[in-house]
Amino acid sequence: MAQPEGLLYSKEHEWVKIDGDRATVGITDYAQDSLGDIVYVELPKVGAQVAQFGPVGVVESVKAVSDLFTPVGGEVLEVNTGLENDPALVNREPFEGGWLFKLKLPGDSQSAGLLSASDYESFVKES
Amino acid sequence: MSTPVSDHTASPLIFESGQDGRANRYFARGKQLSEFLPREALRDDLPIPDNSEMDVVRHFTRLSQRTFGIDVGFYPLGSCTMKYNPRVNDAMASLPALRDLHPYTPDAFAQGALRIMWELERSLCSLFGMAAFSLNPAAGAHAELAALLIAKAYFKARGETKRDKVIVPDTAHGTNPASAAMCGFKVISLKSDKRGRVSVDELKKVLGDDTAVCMMTNPNTLGLFEDHVHEITRAVHEAGGLCYYDGANANALMGNARPGDMGFDLMHLNLHKTFTIPHGGGGAGAGPLGVAKQLVNFLPTPYVRKKNDSFVLDFDVPKSIGPMRSFWSNFAHIVRALAYIYANGAEGLTKVSQLAVLNANYMRVKIREFLETPYDETCRHEFVASAQELKKATGVRALDIAKALLDRGYMAPTIYFPLIVPECLMIEPTETESKETLDAFVDALRDIVETAKRDPEQILAAPVTTVVGRLDETRAARQPDLRWYPST
Amino acid sequence: MYTPHTERDIAQMLQAVGVDSLDALLRVPDAVKLREKLDVVPALPETEIVRRFEELARMNAGASCVSFLGAGSYRHYAPPAITALAMRGEFLTAYTPYQAEVSQGYLQAIYEWQTYICLLTGMDIANASVYDGATALAEAAIMAINANGRQKVLVSRAVHPNYRAVLKTYCDGLDVAIEELPIAEDGTTDLSELARVAATKEYACVALQSPNFFGVIDTPGGAEQAALKASGTVLVAVVAEALSLGALQVPAQWGAGIVAGEAQSFGVPMAYGGPYVGFIASTKEHLRRIPGRLAGKTVDSNGKEGYVLTLQAREQHIRRERATSNICTNQAHCALIATMYLALVGKTGLRDVAAANLQCTRELADAVEAIDGCSLNFTAPHFNEIVVCVHQPAKHALAKLEQRGILGGVDLGRYYPEYANCILMAATEMTTTQDIQMLAKALQEVVHVHARV
Repeated sequence: MAQPEGLLYSKEHEWVKIDGDRATVGITDYAQDSLGDIVYVELPKVGAQVAQFGPVGVVESVKAVSDLFTPVGGEVLEVNTGLENDPALVNREPFEGGWLFKLKLPGDSQSAGLLSASDYESFVKES
Repeated sequence: MSTPVSDHTASPLIFESGQDGRANRYFARGKQLSEFLPREALRDDLPIPDNSEMDVVRHFTRLSQRTFGIDVGFYPLGSCTMKYNPRVNDAMASLPALRDLHPYTPDAFAQGALRIMWELERSLCSLFGMAAFSLNPAAGAHAELAALLIAKAYFKARGETKRDKVIVPDTAHGTNPASAAMCGFKVISLKSDKRGRVSVDELKKVLGDDTAVCMMTNPNTLGLFEDHVHEITRAVHEAGGLCYYDGANANALMGNARPGDMGFDLMHLNLHKTFTIPHGGGGAGAGPLGVAKQLVNFLPTPYVRKKNDSFVLDFDVPKSIGPMRSFWSNFAHIVRALAYIYANGAEGLTKVSQLAVLNANYMRVKIREFLETPYDETCRHEFVASAQELKKATGVRALDIAKALLDRGYMAPTIYFPLIVPECLMIEPTETESKETLDAFVDALRDIVETAKRDPEQILAAPVTTVVGRLDETRAARQPDLRWYPST
Repeated sequence: MYTPHTERDIAQMLQAVGVDSLDALLRVPDAVKLREKLDVVPALPETEIVRRFEELARMNAGASCVSFLGAGSYRHYAPPAITALAMRGEFLTAYTPYQAEVSQGYLQAIYEWQTYICLLTGMDIANASVYDGATALAEAAIMAINANGRQKVLVSRAVHPNYRAVLKTYCDGLDVAIEELPIAEDGTTDLSELARVAATKEYACVALQSPNFFGVIDTPGGAEQAALKASGTVLVAVVAEALSLGALQVPAQWGAGIVAGEAQSFGVPMAYGGPYVGFIASTKEHLRRIPGRLAGKTVDSNGKEGYVLTLQAREQHIRRERATSNICTNQAHCALIATMYLALVGKTGLRDVAAANLQCTRELADAVEAIDGCSLNFTAPHFNEIVVCVHQPAKHALAKLEQRGILGGVDLGRYYPEYANCILMAATEMTTTQDIQMLAKALQEVVHVHARV
């Protein structure tokens, strides 16, 4: 499974795309594939402050319920409301239309503890 | 063999067939509700249908014909102990003076009921080597919760509030960690060793002054006896913790070995497994909770006591965790379980578990001729087979085998549990099945495996004889349709 | 023993397994060997078992007494069709319907039960049942705690004392604090402080029971409902007498977010306390938090409609320590009985039986009030229970009634020291005018004797 370049990855199988002080978060193709058919996604509230690596929601598939952790901390600016009616979007397009939420980042860099695309790929292979 | 649940006609909902005014006359036609209560206290409408009694009888008879129970056929569901449910038990629970007794009946007017509870309690204490049993919990998981609440209260009373870890082997039932979490305990999962047992060394690594409880099933969910159980309970006790015995698999040792002698301080039984209470489609069950001497004062209330020659419900258990449910016990099930013990006596119950183990081993040696049986050694009441190799060779999974068994008139075994065996089929025949039934089931399973090798598509399409085919569970979860709505 | 094995079977099977004896199969390490002779009740043939239980049943004098016991367990009429249907072996001996294709009947019945509970309570969704009314309340409180993350719950003192006790047992485990609302003069919950307390936003929920433990209709007004809503406090409506749902304003109408109840009244025998059947219904927003099993409708590969257990991923089998609840078995068979009851009595029967309960209770209240030395304690409208003050310890009065073969009701002093002179009496459609006259006569003697001393 190829991991898109230019994103950072967490060991909890989330990806984050950082663009200045904005970040977009989703779960990886590997994560959606392991979970199977996703039936429901519980997302943080817009305006909430979330801490890096903290639990922010839940991803539920037919066979499993998984906690959702955020790879970076900040203020929730927007959540993907399209998932309410079509949670399968996460299965179909984990890196595009199936994004989960967007954050406004504080100043400090949060890339420590996150993986590059190639590091994540080796991490997945090992696990 | 055709399945008995193969009536393919439609089955409309009870709400779709009723007509206003088609009422049965069970009650006197009295006054209007508004003669007794102010209008604003009354509901506006009552959108439920009137149906004739005959229509209702036909409706539920049809629903029963679309339901598979032990009375219909062999039900080898692992860890669920689907044995025959003797009818005399139901008849005893239906005796009017037992069935129609109000829970607030004064003790002096309920001596028979109290004696039934006491006799069952005493018998269970002896059978399992515990100091006392509470009949309060409504089910196994409910008793687990009560047990962990007791552990929490016990350590609190001793000032050992640091003890917040519950150790659960990976072969444990899923309710164990869920119950622990409901008492604020943190769960430590313990990996099994190569032999499918709890590793004493691994256990010792996680034991410490923060250990509250170690929860175990013995035999475990692989059907294997934990032969180091004595060392395990000793190590936990040395660390200051308590040992919990999940009695879901008690049918494998009843009358032959006792959790109390193994060093367990707390345990539950599922009367609906070991003691022939009908499962009734998923309940009601009953989950007596046994404790060792030092925990008796923490039991839920009420507790049945014998005082001189009479029996009382004791609500003053000094350090009780409190009651677990509205009223004293699932009494109708207490009656059934006691009737079952009367039918067997100590000797009979000992033989029951022996024959349960014999049946499981007999199936194991026959099934291993055509399916892998990881952990292949003498098992107890159940064993696991795996369809992993078959899946690699043919694409046919445990789930497909399960569905193909339905077509052949059998209930499927438990599948995908325990989690540590891939493509797992967990088979528990119980002692009430005859050799002929076991042989016929093994033949059906063999036929499925052989067919899968020859023509996997046929198995992948199963079931084809049932009233519906495989159902779309993803759709059910994505667009939950959990009720009917009246048309407006 | 209910085992079919002949000696020959056993020998053949042992040989196939390759062991010599049954004992060898069950060998355990010496350290845990059974050393004690087992002391259980003796083995009896079936004829003797029946005799033994008939003898034990005869020791329950209470079952044939004239009785006014209620308080969460009610004697109601159950049409015999229920037993005939419910005791069918397919229903009785099925397990949880994991293999949906051969469990369509039971799954449909659960779906119908969920629908009945929704229609009766006015709520959006209902689960496949929980153990009983008390555990329903505890699970409902946990739902509310999970919904808003608050760690305190508020409960009316007029909620069934046993339900409150169970709530406390559960909350102790979760380290959740419970606070209680007082009872007003008329027997309803004193809600005067509710708006202020709710506004602190510290409480996950407030639990009110209607009819409450005293039989009194006890619902919040518009202002209280608005205050709860504004503060995000979930109103948990408790229903201990489900029959009242056939007559009274639905909980959804008085602001309930969750309804926790007991459906024993729908054809389930009193059976000295169990098994009964609890239910939980709620608004849609709690869908993912509702504990226990849910049956849902879907389609098979050919597009044919069918039913499955759904939203199972939240359950303990899969989610283990992250599960929403540890509940595993539900009360499927009792829920099935209740579903059959509702199907048989229908709208007309449910209204009739509710009216009959009100009428019998009115008759009882009138008879008791006419006795010099007895009075009704609470004035607010009630359903099928009344609180009677006998102006002497209720305990003593009840003992004297028992001597006359009458179970007069529940001694309120058992749970409320301030009402130690009060008896909680219930009348249902099974209570006859003769029963009431007999009670009135006996009560008159009891009160009179006391007045003389």
